[in-house]
Amino acid sequence: MDRLSHATAVTLHVNGVPRDLVVDHRTTVLDALREHLDLTGAKKGCDHGQCGACTVLVGGRRMNSCLLLAVAQDGAEITTIEGLSEGGRLHPVQEAFLERDAFQCGYCTPGQICSAVGALEEMASGWPSAVTDPDRATDRDAEIRERMSGNICRCGAYVNIVAAVGDAGRHESPTAAAGRRAGQTAAAGTHAGQAADEPGEASR
Amino acid sequence: MNPPKGAARQHTDTRTSAPVRLEGRDKVTGTARYAAEYAPDGRVYAWPIPATIARGKIVAIDCGQALAEPGAIAVLTHENAPRLGETGDRTLAVLQTPGIAHRGQYVALAVAETLEAARATAAAVRVEYAPERHQVLPRPDHPDSHVLEEADDEAPEGWQRGDVEGAYAAAEIRIDAVYRIPALHNHPMEPHAATALWADGQLVVHDSSQGAGWVRQTLSELFGMDRDRITVVSEHVGGGFGSKGTTRPHAVLAAMAARHVGRPVTLALPRNQLAAVVGYRAATEQRLRIGAAADGRISALAHEVVSYHSTIGDFVEQAAKPARSMYASPHSRTSHRVGPLDVPPPSWMRAPGECSGMFALESAMDELAVACGIDPIELRIRNEPDRDPASGLPFSSRHLVECLREGARRFGWTPGPRRPGSRTEGGLLIGTGVAASTYSADVEPSEAEAHADASGNIRILLNATDIGTGARTILAQIAAEALDVPLDRVRIEIGSSDLPYAPIAGGSTGAASWGWAVHKAATALAAQLADRNIPLSEAGLRMAVNTEADVAARSAEYARRSFGAQFAEVQVDRDTGETRLRRLLGVFAAGRILNARTARSQFVGAMTMGASMALLEHSTMDPAFGDHPERDLASYHVAVSADVPDIQAYWIEEEDPHLNPLGVKGIGEIGIVGTAAAVANAVYDATGVRVRTLPVRVESLLPNLGAR
Amino acid sequence: MKAFRYERPTEPGAAVAAHGGAPDARYLGGGTNLVDLMKLGVESPGLLVDVSGLPHGSIESTTGGGLRIGAAVRNSDLAADPRVLARYPVLSQALLAGASGQLRNAATVGGNLLQRTRCLYFQDVGKPCNKRDPGSGCPARDGVHRDLAILGASPHCVATHPSDMAVALAALGADVLVHGRHGPRTVPVTELHRLPGDHPERDTVLEPGDLITHIELGPVPEAARSVYRKARDRASFSFALASVAAALDAHDGTVRRVRLAFGAVAAKPWRAWTAEERLRGAPATAESFAQAVDAELAAAEPLRDNGFKIPLVRNLAIRALTDLASRRDAAGDRDPEASR
Repeated sequence: MDRLSHATAVTLHVNGVPRDLVVDHRTTVLDALREHLDLTGAKKGCDHGQCGACTVLVGGRRMNSCLLLAVAQDGAEITTIEGLSEGGRLHPVQEAFLERDAFQCGYCTPGQICSAVGALEEMASGWPSAVTDPDRATDRDAEIRERMSGNICRCGAYVNIVAAVGDAGRHESPTAAAGRRAGQTAAAGTHAGQAADEPGEASR
Repeated sequence: MNPPKGAARQHTDTRTSAPVRLEGRDKVTGTARYAAEYAPDGRVYAWPIPATIARGKIVAIDCGQALAEPGAIAVLTHENAPRLGETGDRTLAVLQTPGIAHRGQYVALAVAETLEAARATAAAVRVEYAPERHQVLPRPDHPDSHVLEEADDEAPEGWQRGDVEGAYAAAEIRIDAVYRIPALHNHPMEPHAATALWADGQLVVHDSSQGAGWVRQTLSELFGMDRDRITVVSEHVGGGFGSKGTTRPHAVLAAMAARHVGRPVTLALPRNQLAAVVGYRAATEQRLRIGAAADGRISALAHEVVSYHSTIGDFVEQAAKPARSMYASPHSRTSHRVGPLDVPPPSWMRAPGECSGMFALESAMDELAVACGIDPIELRIRNEPDRDPASGLPFSSRHLVECLREGARRFGWTPGPRRPGSRTEGGLLIGTGVAASTYSADVEPSEAEAHADASGNIRILLNATDIGTGARTILAQIAAEALDVPLDRVRIEIGSSDLPYAPIAGGSTGAASWGWAVHKAATALAAQLADRNIPLSEAGLRMAVNTEADVAARSAEYARRSFGAQFAEVQVDRDTGETRLRRLLGVFAAGRILNARTARSQFVGAMTMGASMALLEHSTMDPAFGDHPERDLASYHVAVSADVPDIQAYWIEEEDPHLNPLGVKGIGEIGIVGTAAAVANAVYDATGVRVRTLPVRVESLLPNLGAR
Repeated sequence: MKAFRYERPTEPGAAVAAHGGAPDARYLGGGTNLVDLMKLGVESPGLLVDVSGLPHGSIESTTGGGLRIGAAVRNSDLAADPRVLARYPVLSQALLAGASGQLRNAATVGGNLLQRTRCLYFQDVGKPCNKRDPGSGCPARDGVHRDLAILGASPHCVATHPSDMAVALAALGADVLVHGRHGPRTVPVTELHRLPGDHPERDTVLEPGDLITHIELGPVPEAARSVYRKARDRASFSFALASVAAALDAHDGTVRRVRLAFGAVAAKPWRAWTAEERLRGAPATAESFAQAVDAELAAAEPLRDNGFKIPLVRNLAIRALTDLASRRDAAGDRDPEASR
């Protein structure tokens, strides 16, 4: 790699497919997806991590792709909204969003859905949230509301979004379960750094 | 007046049998494309450069360093940008003169090969200004301030009937209060964006707009071209709430840049530039005076609004208008005192006028109920007019009282005078509040075409726009019903200016205006099909209609409005003054509801935005700089999931034969009207503190809750 | 955002060498604030040294009964760590009170500590700001400053530090392990951030090229009974109007050990030393809590629009301490290691 260059060749594993790109160091994962790979499902709502419309799963964990530099994600496994449905079969979260009318304009929707997939996984893994009280029974709707609060919906579909995520969580998705088996996804006590000893393969 | 048919139906469970959004699958799979997501061959990117002074002139622009950026293609300024024709909208005369009318107005546009290069090019443009003193705060005493002349009443003092001052002075109970709403920003989730392409003398623009036809019309005037040579497409639009209702500068800039560089250009506005260039709800200061008898009957009502407009736009937030129609008051006056300021141009934001005005009016009604010691619902019932006080005409339908009663029943409203501070749970103060909602039920002429082919498939074509309302779905439903075919036989084509003319998605007129045209076309097609006894030829059948004459023929003998009632329960933390919404419930009477699934989403969504307005949303006008510094979504707070635990919407099945053949009134805005008042009234009930300035925040409550 | 070089070393020494203390070099952790600021033009580095490849991604128990937290540990992993939940609940609560699930999954511990103020003027390169552009002025003092400092500000800057996590770490007395160009050293977290004084452009005492490698928490028995309280406009996903981190060990109605820190009131997490000093040995009652907090806040100098922060932080602190005093659970109840 040229020390002075402002671009680098990277491989992003997007929805299971390795994609080789030479990225401008300024390019975010969001712009790489949208402008270079024609995957426009992840949306640019604020470009500053303040709205969640760009949420994708990186190594199984939900993140704001607008704040991730593509060059720093070389080798990462990235799942976007386009990768959630399989062969025309919708992911349970997508199904639930349709049935519950959990969107209006649709612009925040891919981010909401990716975030919901990640949040359900985090809940299943026993990660606490700000409303988790170890001394009280879990209020599942309150948990979902808190965990989904990084995704703004200006149309105001929250009530339906929370219902949809609740529905989907009751029928846990096969893909999420598979992801967990593969050890890609979040689990309490699994620390990012345990994999960081292998350069370039850190589970970020 | 028509009594409501049956009881209000419950629609809390979203799992209705109403059709799912037709484009829903595209939206949940990420395949629905928005304006910035079209990538014609050779497409390049633009990035605008906003002015950093509020008033003055550009002295010099140095693009040398910018053009040296790798990937830079061009920088458009007032010195080299294409000349534009005149339109009525001066915000669209972009890059035409060195003059600066407000901070954030565009002074240049960078174009480059990549998004990253465009941003870097823009950052490297050096602009030198000659600033002038700016005035950005309203000054009602200044000579350039004036009372707005009302379109329906030329009285220089605004609109009035009777002798307000005399009746007010003589009233037993008098309420005199000033309510303040800060500037509020629409912030749709999709920032305004356009992709423009010139080819063979044709201009094609993918625009995030609430009305592609309006945009085409403006572009034709600006670029001096026949409309036939312009196509504007707005297939999927990521919300607008009024901010995409008119043509906005981004569409003009994208088209200019594409012509200038000879390549397709995408311009997606950065979120932190939106606050200055796509409109917002202007701040209002609203004085309400209500004179009443001890039993609450209103004798005098004056609603006087101070606001402003920009130096390059005349739009005024007409907040006092709903006060003319809400309650019987023999003596009444409304006025709007405004003047031009060097501020970003205000414009439409969801329920312009009503949303702001009903916060003040419905808060004042709550104050009146307290002053009279009567139940706030009973107070409203006692002042229910038997015809529209503004026009003297009968209402085509008005079921406000039914909404209030039905809402009270469903909400579990405790009747009687308010007893502030009477309910606590640990350190939380709990309160409930009610407010009325109203919005106009207008209709605009529209065209539509209905096609039938030999296999019995139907195509419906018109340039309607689905900004998330569910327009596609209800229009297809209307056609399917008129033609008596299954919904999946109907293909609906909307969102392009090449389609038959239709008005914009705005003012809660879409369902009525587009629906009427679709209904007319489909009904005519059904009649033609019924008359035939031989199969259709390959070409099929086509009906094209226009509702201009139908709309004009509508009786002028009725006042047409939607009404509703909203109920809020809040908790206020005694230690911190933090207010959180616990639940919100609305009942609306808005004509026929076409799709329970999408209608409920519209009501609940608008109520959510209303709750957000009540407790969170706030833009400050910074007098030093002349801008609203809360220009991102971290500093301009809109509600998130955690803010809205429980919102329910119900409606009264209303049959109103005086509207349109569908009996619809439109539901896009009414849900936000009155919400903020219901919440603030609930805060009063919880704490005994009357908050007259939105949003209800910690600093308004904490000093009044008693020391710990 | 201007073009920049990018490097991803795998050894801390190599990272520090690559950075070299160059004025336009920056370390990249999760990027949640740095990339944000680069897009705004507030930061324009010529070199990014990505530290996510360094071996600083784990949380280890120390022999002394504390924890050594790698600087690259993600906020969400730290918040969910069973040892943190059991021994330092205030830290988990503070982390979970901040940002969003997505941001916590990306943001690192080191980056969280070094995030910049969210003062609106600091973030707008079209306006003056002494922190961003020394000597240009501070429009916040007379402008929009509702969220800004009431303690320790200077005529040149009224910014607050936005981190929730740092407030908990300040209360816990954590140490910051730094690898500098002249070797490793330790800085108490309460001394990491600077008050603005005449140099608001310097957020911390770190020298150019200094790399945070770990955070070290000693054993803090009273922290098993600790809490983080945050007041904010929005119910989630927003910065604090004021916050309090508190830990209390009271016995027979008397305060034995207490730790208290305030957030969103100053350019640093504000350890309430004065209040703590007053409370040691004092009755564990609301009255003595109030007196102690009032003594701490006596130095507050609110601006036109943020005076509400004084009663706000006061009430939060009194409530946090009162709640802790009334709790019956003994220290270490939920500690998986202690119960073994």
